[in-house]
Amino acid sequence: TSALCSLLSFVPPQSPAALGLVPRADRVNSGSHLASLLGLTDSGFSDSMEKMSRVTTALGGSVLTGRTMHCHLDAPANAISVCRDAAQVVVAGRSIFKIYAIEEEQFVEKLNLRVGRKPSLNLSCADVVWHQMDENLLATAATNGVVVTWNLGRPSRNKQDQLFTEHKRTVNKVCFHPTEAHVLLSGSQDGFMKCFDLRRKDSVSTFSGEATEAGQGRWWVMTGWVPVLPVLSCCVLRLHPSFAHGQMRDAECEDVLKTTWLLWRLCVAAPLGTLPSGPLFWATGQSESVRDVQFSIRDYFTFASTFENGNVQLWDIRRPDRCERMFTAHNGPVFCCDWHPEDRGWLATGGRDKMVKVWDMTTHRAKEMHCVQTIASVARVKWRPECRHHLATCSMMVDHNIYVWDVRRPFVPAAMFEEHRDVTTGIAWRHPHDPSFLLSGSKDSSLCQHLFRDASQPVERANPEGLCYGLFGDLAFAAKESLVAAESGRKPYTGDRRHPIFFKRKLDPAEPFAGLASSALSVFETEPGGSAMRWFVDTAERYALAGRPLAELCDHNAKVARELGRNQVAQTWTMLRTIYCSPGLLPTANLSHSVGKGGSCGLQLMNSFNLKDMAPGLGSETRLDRSKGDARSDTVLLDSSATLITNEDNEETEGSDVPADYLLGDVEGEDDELYLLDPEHTHPEEPECVLPQEAFPLRHEIVDTPPGPEHLQDKADSPHVSGSEADVASLAPMDSSFSLLSVSHALYDSRLPPDFFSVLVRDMLHFYAEQGDVQMAVSVLIVLGERVRKDIDEQTQEHWYTSYIDLLQRFRLWNVSNEVVKLSTSRAVSCLNQASTTLHVNCSHCKRPMSSRGWVCDRCHRCASMCAVCHHVVKGLFVWCQGCSHGGHLQHIMKWLEGSSHCPAGCGHLCEYS
Amino acid sequence: MNRGGSSPSAAANYLLCTNCRKVLRKDKRIRVSQPLTRGPSAFIPEKEVVQANTVVERTNFLVEEYSTSGRLDNITQVMSLHTQYLESFLRSQFYMLRMDGPLPLPYRHYIAIMAAARHQCSYLINMHVDEFLKTGGIAEWLNGLEYVPQRLKNLNEINKLLAHRPWLITKEHIQKLVKTGENNWSLPELVHAVVLLAHYHALASFVFGSGINPERDPEISNGFRLISVNNFCVCDLANDNNIENASLSGSNFGIVDSLSELEALMERMKRLQEEREDEEATQEEMSTRFEKEKKESLFVVSGDTFHSFPHSEFEDDMIITSDVSRYIEDPGFGYEDFARRGEEHLPTFRAQDYTWENHGFSLVNRLYSDIGHLLDEKFRMVYNLTYNTMATHEDVDTTMLRRALFNYVHCMFGIRYDDYDYGEVNQLLERSLKVYIKTVTCYPERTTKRMYDSYWRQFKHSEKVHVNLLLMEARMQAELLYALRAITRHLT
Repeated sequence: TSALCSLLSFVPPQSPAALGLVPRADRVNSGSHLASLLGLTDSGFSDSMEKMSRVTTALGGSVLTGRTMHCHLDAPANAISVCRDAAQVVVAGRSIFKIYAIEEEQFVEKLNLRVGRKPSLNLSCADVVWHQMDENLLATAATNGVVVTWNLGRPSRNKQDQLFTEHKRTVNKVCFHPTEAHVLLSGSQDGFMKCFDLRRKDSVSTFSGEATEAGQGRWWVMTGWVPVLPVLSCCVLRLHPSFAHGQMRDAECEDVLKTTWLLWRLCVAAPLGTLPSGPLFWATGQSESVRDVQFSIRDYFTFASTFENGNVQLWDIRRPDRCERMFTAHNGPVFCCDWHPEDRGWLATGGRDKMVKVWDMTTHRAKEMHCVQTIASVARVKWRPECRHHLATCSMMVDHNIYVWDVRRPFVPAAMFEEHRDVTTGIAWRHPHDPSFLLSGSKDSSLCQHLFRDASQPVERANPEGLCYGLFGDLAFAAKESLVAAESGRKPYTGDRRHPIFFKRKLDPAEPFAGLASSALSVFETEPGGSAMRWFVDTAERYALAGRPLAELCDHNAKVARELGRNQVAQTWTMLRTIYCSPGLLPTANLSHSVGKGGSCGLQLMNSFNLKDMAPGLGSETRLDRSKGDARSDTVLLDSSATLITNEDNEETEGSDVPADYLLGDVEGEDDELYLLDPEHTHPEEPECVLPQEAFPLRHEIVDTPPGPEHLQDKADSPHVSGSEADVASLAPMDSSFSLLSVSHALYDSRLPPDFFSVLVRDMLHFYAEQGDVQMAVSVLIVLGERVRKDIDEQTQEHWYTSYIDLLQRFRLWNVSNEVVKLSTSRAVSCLNQASTTLHVNCSHCKRPMSSRGWVCDRCHRCASMCAVCHHVVKGLFVWCQGCSHGGHLQHIMKWLEGSSHCPAGCGHLCEYS
Repeated sequence: MNRGGSSPSAAANYLLCTNCRKVLRKDKRIRVSQPLTRGPSAFIPEKEVVQANTVVERTNFLVEEYSTSGRLDNITQVMSLHTQYLESFLRSQFYMLRMDGPLPLPYRHYIAIMAAARHQCSYLINMHVDEFLKTGGIAEWLNGLEYVPQRLKNLNEINKLLAHRPWLITKEHIQKLVKTGENNWSLPELVHAVVLLAHYHALASFVFGSGINPERDPEISNGFRLISVNNFCVCDLANDNNIENASLSGSNFGIVDSLSELEALMERMKRLQEEREDEEATQEEMSTRFEKEKKESLFVVSGDTFHSFPHSEFEDDMIITSDVSRYIEDPGFGYEDFARRGEEHLPTFRAQDYTWENHGFSLVNRLYSDIGHLLDEKFRMVYNLTYNTMATHEDVDTTMLRRALFNYVHCMFGIRYDDYDYGEVNQLLERSLKVYIKTVTCYPERTTKRMYDSYWRQFKHSEKVHVNLLLMEARMQAELLYALRAITRHLT
């Protein structure tokens, strides 16, 4: 007991270990026993405490110098460790074990510890550590489970000192006591941690990861993997020890379960639902692999260990029978941990779940202080010296960079080192009191020294402002506080009728830190009652996009727009109507236009009519023109946008205000004048007339071929294409070319082709889209169909369509969005309707999913849905009464209910069909 | 091997091996239409598979939740001997086939077909042909590889290597698949495909290793299935048990023998455990032990020990022009002993340098989210599963045995654990068991009931199924490790 008293007097009162010692009288024996084993007499202990304080106060006297540099190793490194003089580094790997001197400009190989002709597996290192008190002492962990110590002071070439072969599996980690010269700790895959005294041949004590607080593994209940609390498993264990081996009969099983369940319900307010019916079983005591062990820097007797199952344990080195504390830190293996060099209770852990967590261990329950989410599993974590909140991490897979994080700013790394070409396997700060030098070893066989000032800082590249629109026009804006403060003087928002509804300022209570940003978030709300997007919904719902003649569609849409007070849009619709279906045009043409299908198609139809009408008179002329056209075709026809060119030509020659005049003024007169005013213009125009003609077959083919099977189907489905028209479209090919020629020649005599305006319309659409009114752009696109489609490139169209559909879906206008998808001609858009079209049904008898066919259940071999009228299986639409649940084929039921109001099944229910 | 005499030319309509033909001639029947044993497995008596009510309930619940076909198939029935494992298995399989993933559903089933075809596992093929069609696959693809898109065809090479010699997969193979082009695979798609391939190669091992009977389901009206069933000799499915059953049925001869066998094994296990403390092998010896084990696996000629064939003959036998071969190319490509290729001397895969826990998991989870957790759980489950029993003995720590099985499988694929003493394998696994292991993992299609029966005669069937589960998962992990390592190398 005297030993304990002296212990207590030396251990600072905050120490959890010391607190833990007080109430446990039984510990005194084992504690003092172990202390004596380790040579920790009370005088030795006080010595070491002094040493400890000396270490911490002995700040780096000499200033370190150096630059960012790297050197090539012969083999991939697995781990590195720095000598306490900060001038040497040891690199260890499967086939490398060398000491390098860190000089001003380069690394210099000092010593190769891998000696002997036939390298044994003892030299295949998984980890290496250099003693922080004795610069001659090194320890390595070998992949075959051996722990080796090395004494650099040995005169022979072979510096190997001692060999401990106690672990059965790979040793993942070795760790020297920070102050004690001869205490070494190892953690292995076999689930054991062993503490070695280097003056003895074997381990002093063994800590088993399996010996958790509760004793053994966990109980599992078969339903849904609920781990029974360890406390309870103890109870169960005491009740029925045989159960652990799966030897119980079912009845007994039930009893135990009830007990467990009751206990559970009593002890833990966890909603379990029903009594689990399956048997419990024992996922046994396969001890969990130890991934890391670290002595606490401050607490003399404490060390932390991390496990493959996500647990972290805290041990008192004098108490090998059970750990002081255990908690689950990560989901999946915890690969590493590191004690904070200054803050007593802080432990950083990194796991496969891509997280770094900082725990405060001083409180009763380990409390998660900070959490940093990285992009790959965390292999190593090391606190940065002299920077309270900084830590460096590297990853085990995929990501090759080393990051230094400020734990208070978990989203952007404070610094990033990108030198390595393969994963970094070991990192170490060069000196425990110098925050600017970081050393690293990597699988790419290189050793690097990174200077903090050379690091890239992602923060600088990050956008300091964020902006986002809410669905109803609210606007959120976040910016660095300094920026907001600077601009608030100018009051940029006062001009707006919107005002921030709240203004949030987050200030960090901790000391001001340069890299730490605090930002201000402002949210601007739309004016109450303004219901800014109401027009969008109304318009979307009321617009007519297809199914009527073009003129009607335009009129209708113009009316809708006018009623919503959107005069410009209304005007646009009116103009479109004027352009594409002015009353002067042939009525047949009008009809074909109106179907909303391709303009070329409609035009062609009209042409064939015209040909019949005026065939003989024009015959000679056409032949003439055709020869001319042929002559010129080689030069111009290759350009598919030939029509465009002519249009532009027209505009240039005729002056820009002419089309406008045409639109607003007297149509007939202006039109005639155009051609009459300018006699020489008509002449050059003649071949131009040919161009669109010759272009027709070309365009025609484009129209016909691209639609895949589903497109054809779409078109066939759509009600606005008559069969005869489609026939003409496909049957009127090449030989009609000369007839086309003549016909539209005739057309040109009377008026401008709609193509004439396509540039204008295109610009108009772009204008609306640019304005943010993608609704208008898409609506016009659909209504005009083929007339404008060719002028706008596919990608833009697709972009408009997708944005509009996205908007519609945000407003839950599913029907409209579906209609738009259906009417779109862009392949990428129309395939939206083809995805996830399956409807899964369950059998009405056994309630199980019917996987193969929708009407016969595989299990109960019954037809799920019979028609009450015809008594046949319904394979398509099934309609049923919600009252009596009888039903059948849609047509049959409709017909039946026309004549009778009673259920066809004869159940007497008065069914209703609405 | 009774498939020895089957000549493709003679069997135009359905393939029958000579042995079967003999039997058929005797019986004067045209075709054997029913599997010869009832129940889910040809190796395990039906009554052994029957379970307590609670387990059945549980299994049914699992099947309902996770089975894609919605019924209790024979694999599930056999696996339900280990319900806790079954859950992980079904969950991960369901995830691969039905849940979010980069590949379209029909693709997944087609890949499963391709994988199963490498081992001529008609059971799995039939199962997935149905599923393939159900999920909207194009029936034409089932005519063979020439009818599938080039993209799927490109998967052939990796399928072949993965199934038989995974150590040959290099980053070049990966690069070839993912390099931009018309038929390229994205990495997530590729990982999904690799997981599926490995899963179904391993599952084929289980199917043959446990002698899973074909589903008895007269309801399936799908024409293709009937054809494919007709084209297989039944003994392909039930593997020679029909012929040798008679001779083996009176197999009481080994009882006394096997009792002492069991005792001896227990004794050896105990000795090994004790020896650990005092006797330690030198490093050199340890590494030679691995080499020895590797080499020795060479002489463990898979196949029937009673009429052992020279190895070369097998190679020719492998080229069977059955219906299955249309899903594969290069059917002659089979397992070749890792140790045998002396000249080129491929480096041993050091397990510690690329482990599932550290590396494989992270990669697979990154590219195909959540599958990592499911596989991880499955691997842990199978590795840690124990009832602390061995045959009639209770309270036995079987860790050593499980580890030996697992590591022996990896050893045959050239994966070495630095911290494992391969001498243990020799001590714990008797020769007949080694033959069985090697056959099941490397040439599963050659597994016979005789092999299944010849090892561990005293053990329960459920324990043998446990062995099969271990073999299956070990194989899957080995394949995954090689494939994922290649992908990692491609990425860096």
